[in-house]
Amino acid sequence: MSDVSLMVNGKRVSGTAEDRTLLVHFLRENLGLTGTHVGCDTSQCGACVVHVDGKAVKSCSMLAVQASGSNIVTIEGLANGADLHPVQAAFKEHHGLQCGFCTPGMIMTATDMIARHPEGLDEATVRAELEGNICRCTGYHNIVKAILAASKTMAKGAKGKAKQAA
Amino acid sequence: MGIEGVGARVARKEDKRFITGAGRYVDDMVVPGMKHAAFVRSPHAHAQIKKIDVKKAQAMPGVVGVLTGKQLKADGIGNLICGWMIHSKDGSPMKMGAWSPLAVDKVRYVGDAVVIVVAETKGQARDAAEAVEITYKELKAVVDATKALEKGAPQIHAEAENNLIFDWEIGDAKATDAAIKAAAHVTRMKIVNNRLVPNAMEPRAALGHYDKAEDHYTCWTTSQNPHVARLVMSAFYNIAPENKLRVIAPDVGGGFGSKIYIYPEEIVCLWASKKTGVPVKWVADRTESFLSDAHGRDHVSTVEMAFDKNNRITGLKVDTIANLGAYMSLFSSCVPTYLYATLLSGQYDIPAIHANVRTVYTNTAPVDAYRGAGRPEATYLLERTMEAAARELRVSPAELRRTNFITSFPHQTPVIMNYDAGDYGASLDAATKASDYAGFAKRKAAAAKKGLLRGIGMSCYIEACGIAPSAAVGSLGAGVGLWESAEVRVNAVGTIEVLTGSHSHGQGHETTFAQLVNERFGVPIDSVSIVHGDTDKVQMGMGTYGSRSGAVGMSAIAKALDKVEAKAKKIAAHLLEADEGDIVIENGALKVAGTDKNIPWFQMALAAYTAHNLPSGMEPGLKETAFYDPANFTFPAGCYICEVEIDPETGTTEIVQFVAADDFGNIINPMIVEGQVHGGIAQGIGQALLEGAHYDAGGQLLTASYMDYTMPRAGDLPSFKVSTSNTPCPSNPLGIKGCGEAGAIGSPPAVINAITDAIGITDIAMPASPSTVWAAIRAATKH
Repeated sequence: MSDVSLMVNGKRVSGTAEDRTLLVHFLRENLGLTGTHVGCDTSQCGACVVHVDGKAVKSCSMLAVQASGSNIVTIEGLANGADLHPVQAAFKEHHGLQCGFCTPGMIMTATDMIARHPEGLDEATVRAELEGNICRCTGYHNIVKAILAASKTMAKGAKGKAKQAA
Repeated sequence: MGIEGVGARVARKEDKRFITGAGRYVDDMVVPGMKHAAFVRSPHAHAQIKKIDVKKAQAMPGVVGVLTGKQLKADGIGNLICGWMIHSKDGSPMKMGAWSPLAVDKVRYVGDAVVIVVAETKGQARDAAEAVEITYKELKAVVDATKALEKGAPQIHAEAENNLIFDWEIGDAKATDAAIKAAAHVTRMKIVNNRLVPNAMEPRAALGHYDKAEDHYTCWTTSQNPHVARLVMSAFYNIAPENKLRVIAPDVGGGFGSKIYIYPEEIVCLWASKKTGVPVKWVADRTESFLSDAHGRDHVSTVEMAFDKNNRITGLKVDTIANLGAYMSLFSSCVPTYLYATLLSGQYDIPAIHANVRTVYTNTAPVDAYRGAGRPEATYLLERTMEAAARELRVSPAELRRTNFITSFPHQTPVIMNYDAGDYGASLDAATKASDYAGFAKRKAAAAKKGLLRGIGMSCYIEACGIAPSAAVGSLGAGVGLWESAEVRVNAVGTIEVLTGSHSHGQGHETTFAQLVNERFGVPIDSVSIVHGDTDKVQMGMGTYGSRSGAVGMSAIAKALDKVEAKAKKIAAHLLEADEGDIVIENGALKVAGTDKNIPWFQMALAAYTAHNLPSGMEPGLKETAFYDPANFTFPAGCYICEVEIDPETGTTEIVQFVAADDFGNIINPMIVEGQVHGGIAQGIGQALLEGAHYDAGGQLLTASYMDYTMPRAGDLPSFKVSTSNTPCPSNPLGIKGCGEAGAIGSPPAVINAITDAIGITDIAMPASPSTVWAAIRAATKH
């Protein structure tokens, strides 16, 4: 057993876990954050993507003990209180989800993708960068649409903030 | 149509919980005292179980119980059954072999469940499962259905000689043979429909809880039809009588057919909960899902299509061998028969059809309905053959289809179905226009300049949804009725709960069903809650599959709404001192037509419950139930056109354009309908280009993870151009046909027709992976 201490969604949490415990299982079982899902055993599906120190990471691909000391954001911590994150809002507006199982991972990947492309995104880039996230319901059509829309909204928001600062 | 009514593009109510991580799936459920299960599964495709030694496993840390099939049988738990009786053409009933939830004497496929281990943690359960020692005597295995029928093939079930489950036929053999004999042209094809794994993103899971004090069971399960699960587990598997068994299917992460069936795991978890005295949860990992979820398709067929000198089809003869795997899954027998051969007339006026279907046991996972279920197999066979015929006859594929379209309705086909409405020419026109079909030659020439092979292919599909009426399916062998139920409860403050036997696992019922209520009463959809997926809340239902929730489920709701409306109008008429026939419902109020006299909806509801001033003799309250049994199947149809560019150097196929023009009848929410089409097309393209379940000759599944089985990724697919041109369905009150499976049905032949067109060949195997395409191009250029 090992001690694990993390910042999760802005709160300091700690616990003990078997050494073999994956981060995703620690989040789900120890912390009750069941929004992060497990859809495969081979780190292919991306349903478990969370942000670790600001980067999108498949939480099945690291041990909980490896993540100790990190700052983690899960799908539960993405919205600002009652205000949805623009990516969450875009998934709803553009019907980017059906059964909802891959959705948390998709949204966490998309948020990271948009952050890494401040210059904006095009369809080909979005499709290429969704390689690590599998959806069986939507055919990706509306997921791509939602991410492109969110990227635009967030770029506008960033410009607005820059203007305010100036 | 209001902004939240029928036909409106309303964003989904259920999204809030899914986008914030608040969805509640079976694996998210925690019950006090809950322990975790792991199954020991057969590593062999075919073997006798000689000995099971659980001693070591029982002594492992955290282990609560290690249970075997012998114990399960001793407790009287029943075998799994197939719920649709098919008779062979000689009149004999299908030969169903025994399927024990935990194997007792013999295992018949890799993944067959043998032992359940229950422990404190999932990790401990798995560790202990590895310590269970089972001695097997390996037997020869067979995975290919055609080989399984050969003399001397391994015998899988004693009940089914030579592994033949049934040898069934439909249609008129004599008339069809005569048509072929007299034909001006006959197109002959061998058609292989590849085996697929459904792969809902949420793996199957079950949580069984036996409450000793109440002598009552609760089962949380990843099910598309919890009521059918309760019925079958009570009536056939002897878990408990229905009143002592509650089945809950909470949020379910996709189904595509694979979560219709009652599998061994939920039965065993319930039984193990009683046996061990603790709630038992099992969640499949992905490889377990690949091994043990029901697979789809796996047909091998020969087809002869006869034409007269005017290119009109005069006859169609089909011979199909369908692989049903190691055991007969719940609806496995109806898929290659009544959901397949009854659709072999397609969109065409064919005077004579005969189909023969043999179903076969093999040492592979059970095969059952997967999105489309039988209809994709029929469409693929027909539309590949039509394309080949057009090439042989040197006519445009579009025109050959148009020449043969059914144009007047109702139309009785020679294979049971009676098409009630459609306009196949309209879908073909819409698709050819949207795809600029006429401008293809230019695009092909431009691609050729870049060294790319460009091809175009079409598919005109028809399907039958709503699977009904109950009396008709009963006469064809179904063990259940295929109606749907609804209960509409108007609360005293005017808010509404709709209880439905349909189950949403991605289809958006919480939104579309509420839209139906909004359309009728003007109540905001936020004031309408849809309740489903719990046998303690909803009395009975048949669940969601076969694109039936709109045509059948919503029709039941409409019937219940009729009753609510009638009573509401009576109450309003009484309060407004008007004639009941003069009351209209508009904008959330009941009005006396042509006057300004009205009473708000909520006030009428309150009056129903205060009961201070109701019409004489009227019962208080406002709650109505309805059961709806359809008058006919519904017949969605459409035309799909796919355009591909192939790089001859690598064999890589890019789908450069995909157009879908569908006829779904009336539509409740176009946004949701388009989403269903997108998803279906992606699965169809997956079948055509990427997906295939492969067993080696010894019965090991070679494609048992996402590293081996190619799921369509975003980069494999284009954006789709979808549209509808709808003819309302005359067979149900809402005019709905259904849209859930169309994409998966219509798309595979369009893709393969495009690829064979690009390369200039007659056929290519699915999935047309880069290596397959590359080899086909090499073979074609050798000639």
